Amino acid sequence: MKTKTFRQNAVTYGIVILFYLICQGLILSGNMSSLMKGLMVPICYYVILAVSLNLVVGISGELSLGHAGFMCIGAYASAIFAVCVDGKMPEGLELFLALIIGAAITAVFGFLIGIPVLRLRGDYLAIVTLAFGEIIKNVVNAVYLGVDENGLHFSMKDSLSLGLSEEGLTIMNGAQGISGLPRTANLTIGIVLVLITLFIVLNLMNSRQGRAIMAIRDNRIAAESIGLSVSKYKMMAFVISAALAGVAGVLYSHNLSALQATSKNFGYNQSIMILVFVVLGGIGNIRGSMIAAVILTILPEKLRFLSDYRMLIYAIVLISMMLFNSAPKAIEWRKSLAERFARKKDIPAETAGKEAR
Amino acid sequence: MSSFLTYLINGISLGSVYAIIALGYTMVYGIAKMLNFAHGDVIMVGGYTVFVICSTLGLPPFVGILSAVVVCTVLGVVIERVAYKPLREASSLSVLITAIGVSYFLQNAALIIFGADTKSFQNVINVPSLTLMDGQVTVSGVTMVTILSCALILIGLTTFINKTKTGQAMLAVSEDKGAATLMGINVNRTIAVTFAIGSALAAIAGVLLCSAYPVLSSTTGAMPGIKAFTAAVFGGIGSIPGALIGGIIMGVIENLSKAYISSQLSDAIVFAVLIVVLLVKPTGLMGKQIQEKV
Repeated sequence: MKTKTFRQNAVTYGIVILFYLICQGLILSGNMSSLMKGLMVPICYYVILAVSLNLVVGISGELSLGHAGFMCIGAYASAIFAVCVDGKMPEGLELFLALIIGAAITAVFGFLIGIPVLRLRGDYLAIVTLAFGEIIKNVVNAVYLGVDENGLHFSMKDSLSLGLSEEGLTIMNGAQGISGLPRTANLTIGIVLVLITLFIVLNLMNSRQGRAIMAIRDNRIAAESIGLSVSKYKMMAFVISAALAGVAGVLYSHNLSALQATSKNFGYNQSIMILVFVVLGGIGNIRGSMIAAVILTILPEKLRFLSDYRMLIYAIVLISMMLFNSAPKAIEWRKSLAERFARKKDIPAETAGKEAR
Repeated sequence: MSSFLTYLINGISLGSVYAIIALGYTMVYGIAKMLNFAHGDVIMVGGYTVFVICSTLGLPPFVGILSAVVVCTVLGVVIERVAYKPLREASSLSVLITAIGVSYFLQNAALIIFGADTKSFQNVINVPSLTLMDGQVTVSGVTMVTILSCALILIGLTTFINKTKTGQAMLAVSEDKGAATLMGINVNRTIAVTFAIGSALAAIAGVLLCSAYPVLSSTTGAMPGIKAFTAAVFGGIGSIPGALIGGIIMGVIENLSKAYISSQLSDAIVFAVLIVVLLVKPTGLMGKQIQEKV
């Protein structure tokens, strides 16, 4: 049993490393279009987001629609840090510290938000996470933050009411966001972060704590009756997931020169997009959500030649994939097709049936 | 004082629109146990239908409203038949994602047909505005019509559910699908009827919304849809009076916080109130507390 999970995890890491080698090879040999090059870091942060959301949706069994909000916190925390220390320390150290700060601050927010959220269940939990995500996005857009020799200045009104001195620097400029960011993220850093994320999530899943989280998901009352603390384990999954989303946010902000919170990048649409990766890749299946995130990030770009029709095609593909994957009739039809296919190859139907199971 | 009254009335009017949309959400949730994320986009389809009939073809407003209702009803039934019915027995999450797919589909289809530029919606509700308190408070015709139609819809819907056979069947299906089937209720038909009613309400909401805020784009319905969904949860999802109360409270809070606190933060305040309410009453204001069986 132990060796089997080990082998499974090794395959997952292997896929990531293989993907990295192929992409790096294509980049170095000059065979990758600039469009695809631009997609490399987004693929990494989408994979991190999908894997971390899977921790909440798949492993812990709670539907969260506010994942982009945590990404927003991580992005803004690290961007504020980056602007404050700009030019005062080497790039590598800056990114390393930004990652730690982003993850830590997001984890704190994840804990604070988790206290009320995890008291609710099902669809109510989903709508409250959505609400928190929207609140984060709106509040971030209304905050003005500046720094001068007297220290930090804070306002909710406009940049003038910050009262900065002449050498003062406006860090957060309300809806205009944060500008002047270092663009230090690249594929290698992204892949390292993906591997760290996978390491954390896969090890958690195979640990005592992970099994407790899954036991609570499968039967809360039974798990409670054998002495598992439901709120503690649910909170653990929620906070880890939030911190990892924060890491993705750091990667996001370090891939841009200016950061803004719009409904496109940090709104509920983004949260839903990440949820689509998770559901399409298979709920609770880490490798699946990883692959789904890669394919669904590349797909809209590859469909660009269809111009206006691309998102329409994307929607149709999404609906048909869901119908094909989850409709009971489609599952039955696929099974019967597989059986017929097996019989044609002269394999006795009995063994084919066993294999399908 | 008079400006407060104006904000309050406008808030009730906005809340009435939310309530009408929330009714559609709540009915579908009560019966099919699914979050129909595409509901907001049906509103947009309703708005575009009126736009085409009234502004492009120049036909009278009531033709526009009527065809919007017909188009949306048919659309709702078709969506249910094609996308949701095959997934009736599947997990609720896959239905949710399919609904999101349908929402993308409708938004992008509208984008292709009507283009990316926003259309200015010509007000189809020509009712003179009312002046109260010696001209201090003016209530526009649209506002009055919105509040009135919300009240009429609520009365009509309650009567329909309590007095007709189909309505009783809807109650039965929402309570227990299996038992309802055993009693000879056609569950599929009942669900289709629910979607038809919900979508017709969405069409009306679309007309009212676009008359009050006369811009029309492919994402017109998205944010009101989410807010109405929040309103439905606020009032207790599955409960019809809850949807009304939730919608109106949300509309009033949104308008008052826009006026007195910050227009930037009004959405955040609305969602914060939702969170507080759900913490005090985890199933919403009028929601039923369901006891869990081991």
